[in-house]
Amino acid sequence: MSTLALLARNRLALAGLIVMGLVVLLALVTPLLPLPDPDVTDTGNRFLPPFSEGALLGTDHLGRDQLSRLLWGTRLSLAVGFAAATIAAVLGAAVGIIAGYYGGRVDNLIMRGVDMLMAFPYILLALAIVAALGPGLLNALIAVAAVNIPFFARNIRGITVGIANREFIDAARLAGMNDARIILSEVLPNVIPVIVIAMSTTVGWMILETAGLSFLGLGSQPPQADLGSMLGEARAALITSPHTSVVPGAMILIIVMAINLLGDGVRDALDPRLRSGALTRPMAATLVRREDPAPEPQGDDVLSLCDLQTQFHVKHRVYRAVGGVSLGVKPGECLGIIGESGSGKSVTALSVMGLVASPPGVITGGAVHYKGEDLVGAPYGRLRDLRGREVAYIFQDPLATLHPLYKVGDQLVEAIRVHHALSDSEARARALGLLRDVRIPNAESRLDSFPHELSGGMRQRVGIAMALANDPEVIIADEPTTALDVTVQAQILSLLDTLRREKGLAIVFITHDFGVVAQLCDRVAVMYAGRIVEEGPTRALLEAPAHPYTRRLIACVPELGEGKRRLHAIPGLPPAVNDLPSGCAFAPRCDKAQPACRQGEIALDAYGPRRLRCLYPETELEGTA
Amino acid sequence: MGRYILKRLVSAVPVLLGITVIVFAIMAMIPGDPATAILGSYATPENVEKLNRDLGLDKPAVQRYFIWLWNMVQGDFGRSFSLNRPVLEEVLDRFGATLVLAGTSFVLCSVIGVAAGVVSAARQYGLADKAITFAVLLGISIPSFFLGMMMILIFAVQLRWFPASGMWPIYGDRTLPVLVTHLTMPALALAVVATGVVARLSRSAMLEVLRQDYIRTARAKGVPERGVIWRHALRAAMVSILPVLGIQAGFVLSGAVYIEMVFQWPGVGRMLVDAILKRDILLVQGGVVLVAACYVMFNIVVDVAQSLLDPRIKT
Repeated sequence: MSTLALLARNRLALAGLIVMGLVVLLALVTPLLPLPDPDVTDTGNRFLPPFSEGALLGTDHLGRDQLSRLLWGTRLSLAVGFAAATIAAVLGAAVGIIAGYYGGRVDNLIMRGVDMLMAFPYILLALAIVAALGPGLLNALIAVAAVNIPFFARNIRGITVGIANREFIDAARLAGMNDARIILSEVLPNVIPVIVIAMSTTVGWMILETAGLSFLGLGSQPPQADLGSMLGEARAALITSPHTSVVPGAMILIIVMAINLLGDGVRDALDPRLRSGALTRPMAATLVRREDPAPEPQGDDVLSLCDLQTQFHVKHRVYRAVGGVSLGVKPGECLGIIGESGSGKSVTALSVMGLVASPPGVITGGAVHYKGEDLVGAPYGRLRDLRGREVAYIFQDPLATLHPLYKVGDQLVEAIRVHHALSDSEARARALGLLRDVRIPNAESRLDSFPHELSGGMRQRVGIAMALANDPEVIIADEPTTALDVTVQAQILSLLDTLRREKGLAIVFITHDFGVVAQLCDRVAVMYAGRIVEEGPTRALLEAPAHPYTRRLIACVPELGEGKRRLHAIPGLPPAVNDLPSGCAFAPRCDKAQPACRQGEIALDAYGPRRLRCLYPETELEGTA
Repeated sequence: MGRYILKRLVSAVPVLLGITVIVFAIMAMIPGDPATAILGSYATPENVEKLNRDLGLDKPAVQRYFIWLWNMVQGDFGRSFSLNRPVLEEVLDRFGATLVLAGTSFVLCSVIGVAAGVVSAARQYGLADKAITFAVLLGISIPSFFLGMMMILIFAVQLRWFPASGMWPIYGDRTLPVLVTHLTMPALALAVVATGVVARLSRSAMLEVLRQDYIRTARAKGVPERGVIWRHALRAAMVSILPVLGIQAGFVLSGAVYIEMVFQWPGVGRMLVDAILKRDILLVQGGVVLVAACYVMFNIVVDVAQSLLDPRIKT
């Protein structure tokens, strides 16, 4: 979306633009309007109220026409504010570019000075400058511009440092350009947008600050008046003739508010994160918009997914991340879900407890049954009660998934106390037991460690301990060993396996690694483009993969002692899930694909204990299709 | 921790020196003869010469700076000619009033601003968010001196809820309730802009944090939403909110100038404006250096609080 379109879409910014345009227009045409002289006093007609004959906004304490003074004052305030902003921007940008471009000692010296200036509360600094130069509008302008220079310098320097190390600068240097030319022709064009944003967000402040100095009597001197000094002069008559204060005050408010609206609009339009919608917060549970009635629970699985569909709605696009997945896991069983990144396996796992970030995630169909209860339709309160107590998660990167600012002991205690009314010391004792269960050495002292003080393997053990905190029935492990090195990975896997056998846990294990699947899982489901393409007992599936995708995925796994075997990367990329081809999603990358593969819906058929979604399988499966 | 505080205190010394250099440099910009500027155009040549000697203005700038600095270290900030009393005494007399005003405003803007930002983020795009966003926009756009005047008009003149000006009544007891009634309007007027800035930043810091993986972990544990927002997210967001609170402390400390003028508050700000209008340079110099030093010290407090908040900061 173009910047202008975004700006126009933002109605508030547009309102700001219109108001500001009107004010600027008024200020420009003021000399042409048939107004009385703003400085002519008429003491016979002091403090006329608004809407008086010949004085639309009344008169002030010297009988001067308020409307005329307001417009002339606006003109002056705007001129001074914009002038201050321009001076601050130009000088600040110059200082910032020089510091950022030359770097080293120059940079160090300049930035020290800038830091010093920023150590001042800036109104104080402006007062000091006015104190030295003496009261007066020009001096107030200089003061306000000067105190804003450090802000611009620091911002522009940051951008320039980033640009100064880029290849095109080196290229320009090699082409024999001198520094001045490089700065003007290569650096400056790249920092101008930043200067514009900084100006649009600060010009309002500068108008306020100059008005403030004038209000204190340190800016414009009588009879000349900007909005600030009008307000300052009116203060003595605040109670008897409030309109003389309200008129200039309201004008300042209108101008600054319009500028702020416009500035916010410009900033939002130029911020790439807002464009992508990345700054929306996820809600407490994934949004559910299910049109068809929820399927009934079947079988004796403790957790079963039935035709689950989860989508991401971004602007007008719909990404079908999970396109109808049915799976089940029994107590004590370990089910593996395997697939490439983007195959929808994590989204499937997060959908179970409504943890898919929403917006943009929406569960649009199917059901998740836990012991026969549909979780997709469950109210948030029920879902929250089951989270961690009955169904717990272990996530991939424990450095990002543990709260960085709380001790691991406190995080464990919290996990326990959310679901159990235990005293702090009881919960702590239990947390200690959990750390011992996951074989953390010196568990006692580790309770008081912060996540960043632990190694990756230790952190993941804490993650597992937290999942075990309430003796859940089901653990969903989303690539829990991906961020770990191989020896630690093996330890974590055997730990999970032991826990499963000891506690009779059902585990859903998400991974992209067949080695891990072979080690831990009883059954495995292979996902591609948001759907299951093959499922079956691990051994049978590994020995005789039926779907061409499964075979190619297994062929990607390097094996020890078989150095001569070639690794078979799968050519091509998985399809984008907002634009799935009809028929088999793998067909474009499949070397066995026939025209029939590209048409209609290909069903996931059951063959005994196995299921397969393929017309031309690698191995003929036995059983009824 | 003790060593960290000491380290921060030591690192404040160059900043304080820098401040004195800047103030000295600014005052050296005074056009023409400073003694004439100080004494006014009606001063006799003898007085000008005497003042030049007293201020050491006949010496080179670098030497003058060190004399000035050395005197300040010894507590001698010079003598205010307009008030005819030592600068330090005058500033300290008025500093209490400014601290009461700015301190109250700082607490108000921190508490209200952070709470508004958190609520706004937790209900992003909801009614509360829209209302707060609009209030924030209004708050950061309104000149505090205009707001103060309107408050006097409405709450003092019309409704008669609060006294219109001053810190204490001319007659009567100086008790806490009396102070509170005098303090309410100026403290609120001063806090409004800072509250808006804090609310705005808190909202975006919270939105940033709420997308983090550890928030999903908290939800996966079954932590109620209230705990997710106020315990998990806010704690992490405070790491980026706190430095902004430090900046706002400087804002209320110096923005107090306007409010002290509007409400006749007997603080340093009003003293500074009077001193500038009377060209009482020594009083301005001393006042500016002391207020700025106070702000530097406060920022050390902020740094220490930051290190307590974030265990990843090496102390």
